[in-house]
Amino acid sequence: MAKVIIIGGGPAGCEAAHQLANQGIEVELVEKSNETGGNLNNWYQLFPDRKYAKDLNAILKGHLEHPNIRLHLGMEPKKIEKSKTGKFNVPLTDGSLLEGDSLLVATGFKIFDARRKEEYGYGIYENVITSVELENMFYNHAITTAGGNTPKRVGIIHCVGSRDEKVCNYHCSKLCCITGVKQAIEIRELLPEAEIFCFYMDMRMFGPGYEEMYREAQEKYNIKFIRGRLSEAAENMQKQLQIKVEDTLVGKPLRMTLDMMILLVGMESSEGTRQTAGELGLNLAPNGFIQPQDPHYRNNFTNVEGVFVAGCGSAPMNLTDTLADARSAASCITAYVKNHKI
Amino acid sequence: MYYDHFVLPFTIGLITLLIYLCFKYYKWIKSFPREERKKIRKGLFSLQTIRSGWEIFRESLLHHKIFKTNPMLGYMHMTFAFGWFLLIVVGKIESMVYHTSAFNPPYFAIFFRYFHPANETFPYSETFAFLMDLILLFLLIGITLAITKRFYSRLFGMKKTTKQRAYDLLILTVLWLIFPVRFLAESFTSGLNGGGSFLTYNAGNFFGSFLPLEHLSYPAWWVYSSLLGLFFLLLPFSRYMHIPTEMVYIFLKNWGVKQGREYNGYSEIQVNACSRCGICINTCQLNSSCDINDIQPVYFLRRIRNHEPLSKQAENCLMCGRCEASCPVGINLNAIRQSQRPDTIRVVKDTYAYVPEPEVKRAKVAYFAGCMSHLTPGIIKSMQQIFEKAKVDYSFIDERAGICCGRPLALSGNWQAAQIVMDKNQEMIEASNADILVTSCPICYKTFKEDYTLKAQIMHHTEYIEMLIREGQLKVNNMDVKTVFHNPCELGRGSQIVHAPENVLKQVSYKITTVYDGKKSLCCGGSLANTAIDSGQKTKISGDTVKAYTAYHPDVIVTACPLCKKTLSKTSTEIPVKDIAELVAEA
Repeated sequence: MAKVIIIGGGPAGCEAAHQLANQGIEVELVEKSNETGGNLNNWYQLFPDRKYAKDLNAILKGHLEHPNIRLHLGMEPKKIEKSKTGKFNVPLTDGSLLEGDSLLVATGFKIFDARRKEEYGYGIYENVITSVELENMFYNHAITTAGGNTPKRVGIIHCVGSRDEKVCNYHCSKLCCITGVKQAIEIRELLPEAEIFCFYMDMRMFGPGYEEMYREAQEKYNIKFIRGRLSEAAENMQKQLQIKVEDTLVGKPLRMTLDMMILLVGMESSEGTRQTAGELGLNLAPNGFIQPQDPHYRNNFTNVEGVFVAGCGSAPMNLTDTLADARSAASCITAYVKNHKI
Repeated sequence: MYYDHFVLPFTIGLITLLIYLCFKYYKWIKSFPREERKKIRKGLFSLQTIRSGWEIFRESLLHHKIFKTNPMLGYMHMTFAFGWFLLIVVGKIESMVYHTSAFNPPYFAIFFRYFHPANETFPYSETFAFLMDLILLFLLIGITLAITKRFYSRLFGMKKTTKQRAYDLLILTVLWLIFPVRFLAESFTSGLNGGGSFLTYNAGNFFGSFLPLEHLSYPAWWVYSSLLGLFFLLLPFSRYMHIPTEMVYIFLKNWGVKQGREYNGYSEIQVNACSRCGICINTCQLNSSCDINDIQPVYFLRRIRNHEPLSKQAENCLMCGRCEASCPVGINLNAIRQSQRPDTIRVVKDTYAYVPEPEVKRAKVAYFAGCMSHLTPGIIKSMQQIFEKAKVDYSFIDERAGICCGRPLALSGNWQAAQIVMDKNQEMIEASNADILVTSCPICYKTFKEDYTLKAQIMHHTEYIEMLIREGQLKVNNMDVKTVFHNPCELGRGSQIVHAPENVLKQVSYKITTVYDGKKSLCCGGSLANTAIDSGQKTKISGDTVKAYTAYHPDVIVTACPLCKKTLSKTSTEIPVKDIAELVAEA
């Protein structure tokens, strides 16, 4: 029976494993943390339908209980080698050795480290948090400042670490816009009295139902959207944030005091992605993600034969696209192992 | 009377050159602003004149600064300059001893071997002949090195040597030919009539064994004189104009003449004092990181001299000052480049009327963070902690609203607009009535010192922290971290602040000594002065700089400038980049 090694047990890795197993292919799924789900574990509700992330995670996890799938949790590849015969040898940190006919890179993304955007004060001012930390507050149904107060004015900052040449990230992380809209609505539900502002460059509502959600946020939830990038933030004695921003639609500089500031942190290729790419000699795009062979027809193929990519290892994508990409990769791999009569 | 027609090319060339030089220098000095001209009158009879003589000996003849850059390169320059100088001086003494008169025609010493009958001896004649041969040999070695450098510049510690044009190559060839031809002329004469010493005597005998010297000797002297004459005539229009001009420049510099904002005769003198040695090409990071090879001072000054278009080259410079620090002539390269940037932005006082009058609390110490520090709140927070720890009565004058120091505008050439911003900012600073103005930004610091007329003592925070520690107001601990120091361009090279930050750093950490210490520091690549390169190129410079520091395996890369900190952090993802103030606040 053909065998495929999957590096990364996030949504892409789990879905691809399930699809491959159903095709009668043996799967070795390697995940470095102690549970599958990847970044999905950090989310409370998903856009656009507000499904609970843990429900989706449970479905993905359930699919892994397939006789063809062997799960290696809490383990990382010590190295990844392609032999002369085209087989892949992956020794794991526990000493076991995996062998496969094909390899799927599903190492995903990492969240931009907001400290690198020092002018926004993350890690310096106590009431600046990231969108990921906000999800945790949603999970606990309580939004409070570091001092334990209920914020009266909340600002959400878009494009932190995305489309920003000053941190060497030229790419758009694609999901933060709609995440911002979703989170603004969730904040409104918890804080009916608060003023909520989103500071954006563009609103990129690319998915079905997203634009409608954006409209609803303005009309029904009274979220104020201001087009302008935050230039700097300072902290006052009350630990509030005094921000300077330009309202580019009015054409005037703006000063505002916020009780809490949320940074919509962007996506970068993960260490796992870079490391795997380095060991296998995979081409990276200038944005640091894995470069697929072709953006349309061979988007799951890499420059190394037998190595495939699925999910956010190759570009930022939402869950819908990630799962579809995983299925597409599974079908490519199935064809590959059949053609090679493995 | 010693005379032959062949001395004419030399004599005419020399006289023409001297008249031309006098005319040029008079014209240039006349164009100085009045107060600068006054300095010449004052300096002429001061100790500075003697000091200049010493500097000319050290730099124009011995080339001590080039020696420090690379001994081989220094040796090459020295053999040419000092060798030729000795040849003239010793030759002149020799001719005077022989003739027993100070007044012989200038060509007499130059063509002494031709006029002096070899059988006639005079006091020390053999010693002189030996010395003159020795000096000639010294020069011939220099020429061999120079030719080698053209083809193998790496031997001389230069990755690239200056690219010359056809005209420059012509005069270069003339110069290179002068001494071999002198050698031939003297050898031929010696072969015929005797005389000379170990070099020319033996060479004369050797040539005489197979060459018809009686037909060659006289023409050789004609060629020698013609080459000298030609060299003198070509000199003012070639890079060798630097030989006389550098000396004039050394005098003017020591008398205290300053390069102002405007391009004037003093700038002309500096442009002409450039020897095009090409050392600036090698120190320029635009060359080493971005492969930009047409903007370095050697080429930029040549463009100015030749009246070629230069607006593109004028903008494409980081103004990091590395070239200026390494220039053996000490030309004010940054100021000259800045003077070539067009002053086009027209603003009036009312343009900034919308900026509210900031309320400034009065205190002994005024802290001006600067716009860039507002983008690095970590530095501001650390400074506040330091002030509080040292119990300083201070006022954070640009906490809520600040005005730009104006230097970014000035760097782009827009002095007029910059001045308006500076005036506005000066009002705010004066309102604090502080004795000491502390700033965290070296860019602000430099312009506060040079372009503002502030009553307060201006200190960069590294100087201020050093003072607090020295006076016992601030106690620090030595932390167990290895650091390298990136001295910001505007602080070290730009404002001569080298010891204060290093002293502070040594007291709070284990500072690794690097080749980039002090004024040899690299540019972070984030310079506000370059509007020509794109952010990718800036990132490349920054990445290369980080790589250079990373080679020393520090725990932290330390700097003292918010802009450097931001720029280096962008590529230094493994090693944290911190400001010195942040380190002190932790210590």
